[in-house]
Amino acid sequence: MGDAQAQADERLDRAFMALADPVRRSIVARLSRGSATVNELAEPFDITKQAVSKHIQVLESAGLVTRSRDAQRRPVHLDAAALETLTEWIDRYRLIHEQQYRRLDSLLAAGRDASAAASVADHRVGLDPKESS
Amino acid sequence: MTTETANPVTITAPAGLPFVDIEREFDAPVAAVFAAHRDPELVKQWLGPNGYEMAIERWDFEPQGGYRYVHRDPDGNEYGFHGTFHSIRENEFAVQTFEFEGAPDVVSLESMTFEDLGGGRTRLRGHSVYPSVEARDAMVEHGMATGVTEGYARLDALLAR
Repeated sequence: MGDAQAQADERLDRAFMALADPVRRSIVARLSRGSATVNELAEPFDITKQAVSKHIQVLESAGLVTRSRDAQRRPVHLDAAALETLTEWIDRYRLIHEQQYRRLDSLLAAGRDASAAASVADHRVGLDPKESS
Repeated sequence: MTTETANPVTITAPAGLPFVDIEREFDAPVAAVFAAHRDPELVKQWLGPNGYEMAIERWDFEPQGGYRYVHRDPDGNEYGFHGTFHSIRENEFAVQTFEFEGAPDVVSLESMTFEDLGGGRTRLRGHSVYPSVEARDAMVEHGMATGVTEGYARLDALLAR
């Protein structure tokens, strides 16, 4: 528990350190609109491609971006879930409620579909409307 | 996480008062929303944080019925909760006690109002009263740490793909 906590804190620290740089924040902002290659990411900046690669490595070791094994292009992808963890600690209580009510939404939607399907089926076969799972 | 336009949750925890108010609308008829609170098989599928397993030991959703359940997080930590259903009116209202077993004797009183909005929509309103402002704050802030851990556990799973 304490260990996992320390580890999580450390990763959170790393993520925030990675984002404590305007170039890296621009890269993350650009990636939030879709994956891109190092060349594409380097374009808007007056810095060398090496420098951009370094920035991407920092973001990668902080777990904020991943890179495809696609040898030629190796596009960089933003890890949206990782970004979410950055704000998760702010309002966990809200997050839990958001999550559970969204799950309830899908459950209710599934129930609608199931009862619609069941009533169609009952119609066809002339069965008692019994539990459908 | 999908980001289709979900109905927003409104959470109000007024400063200096031991209350929490939670409001949420659903695109489903009131009977379905009520059933999702009444039937343990359904409750299990939505109550609690993502990625937690819910084991329901008792769930008698009726006046003077009781309940107990245990949530297990992805690391195997268990969190027990129990209480009593005090009054229940079908498709309208429920009031229950609520106790997190990690904070024994801190019992809150939670009422839920199921409001038929017509057109197959429902508004759910929850009002929780805690024994003290401190107890309310502890509950609202509880799990901040576990949240981070859990977030990274999900991240690990994602990165391991």
